Amino acid sequence: MYIAMWSDWLPSLLMGLKLSLQVCGVSLALGIPFGLVLALGVRSRFRLVKSCMLVLVEIGRGAPALILLQFAYYGLPSAGLTLTSFAAAVLGLAVCTGAYTSEIIRGGLEAVPQGQKEAAEAIGLTRWESLRFIVLPQGLLVALPPLLGFSISILQATSLCFAIALPELVSQAYSIGADTFLYMPALILAGLIYAAICMPSTAAVGALERRLSKHA
Amino acid sequence: MMENMVLAILIGAPYTLALTAASFAIGAVLGLPICAMRQGKSVVLRFLMTALILTFRAIPPIVWLFFIFFGIGTGFVPMSPFTAACIGLGLITAVNMAEIYRGALTAIHSGQWEASKALGLPLKSMLLEIVGPQLVRISIPAAATYAIGLLKDSAIASVIGVQELAFQGHRVSVQTFRGLDVYAIVAVIYIAMSLPIAWLSRTIDLRMRARVAR
Repeated sequence: MYIAMWSDWLPSLLMGLKLSLQVCGVSLALGIPFGLVLALGVRSRFRLVKSCMLVLVEIGRGAPALILLQFAYYGLPSAGLTLTSFAAAVLGLAVCTGAYTSEIIRGGLEAVPQGQKEAAEAIGLTRWESLRFIVLPQGLLVALPPLLGFSISILQATSLCFAIALPELVSQAYSIGADTFLYMPALILAGLIYAAICMPSTAAVGALERRLSKHA
Repeated sequence: MMENMVLAILIGAPYTLALTAASFAIGAVLGLPICAMRQGKSVVLRFLMTALILTFRAIPPIVWLFFIFFGIGTGFVPMSPFTAACIGLGLITAVNMAEIYRGALTAIHSGQWEASKALGLPLKSMLLEIVGPQLVRISIPAAATYAIGLLKDSAIASVIGVQELAFQGHRVSVQTFRGLDVYAIVAVIYIAMSLPIAWLSRTIDLRMRARVAR
């Protein structure tokens, strides 16, 4: 009974989905390298760097993602920096991504056996070379499945951008609901779209994790 | 000025706490039967519960809250934003707690089941006296981590109009035009509220570990 309505609404929901995916992609592209920097910073020998990075991680993980988004969108303008809702969404979610992935990456780096680092030192690699060629390739491989799992959570978290007036998937479904007063079918369709993306991806991440752990 | 702002925002704290506590209570209780059915003998129930868990995890919480508040609330059963948020977050917590219980079940040695069977304990006391207490103890760290996540997720309830911290933050920022300070304060309050939960969980965990130390 919903099919006719759904085919009418699908184009605008897919536009919203495109925006959700863009926000998700850009946030991850900025956030994961940021997470790597934070992870390396937390392991730094310099106490000042270490404590600054720790504070950043704790704020990023401790504050709700919704508050980070609203801080970027409603807060920064009072400091003279006005962002579009897309830029604010990317900023908020990238900080969140950085804080969470730094812990994932740190866990991956710590999983690299100590002997690898000692061997790298023994054959005369510099600290940077040892990091670049020995520790990172192995550590990031360990961190890959949880990073992908986290990416799926960030796709879901883009739905929070509803609160900063970004016309992503949930906002589109909501405005269809508000226009037609048919909230239920519109939201079911949005839910189905999320499920259609997140369920297979979660299964794929699980399969990848099993495959990687087999050779470990 | 600053104090007034903090006080105005803190009006939302009881709602955040009540919402978190209520959803966690709903989830911790409902999670048990979901876990039991997920691990039970009936293939149909196992399939249904696996599907339920996957569905709840694949769809963002905000969609569930809208679905319950606008989808069900406007047409079928009118309800307050707070009730809708409790139901929504409670159900999401339930499937996640079911997964936490499932993880804890695998950590309970199979000898415990076998021994209670060998002693001829009825199923009820096997569950209540042997498996139950261990299940609770093993689940505590993961459940506390989840509770802290839930405290932060409860901010989502502000979009359906629950007057909790994020909602008050938004209200005050609109009134004072000092978004930067306001949202920083809100963030600090959330972080401050999650600290006691983490501390409590560590203390309880240590105590319970000490009691069963081997």
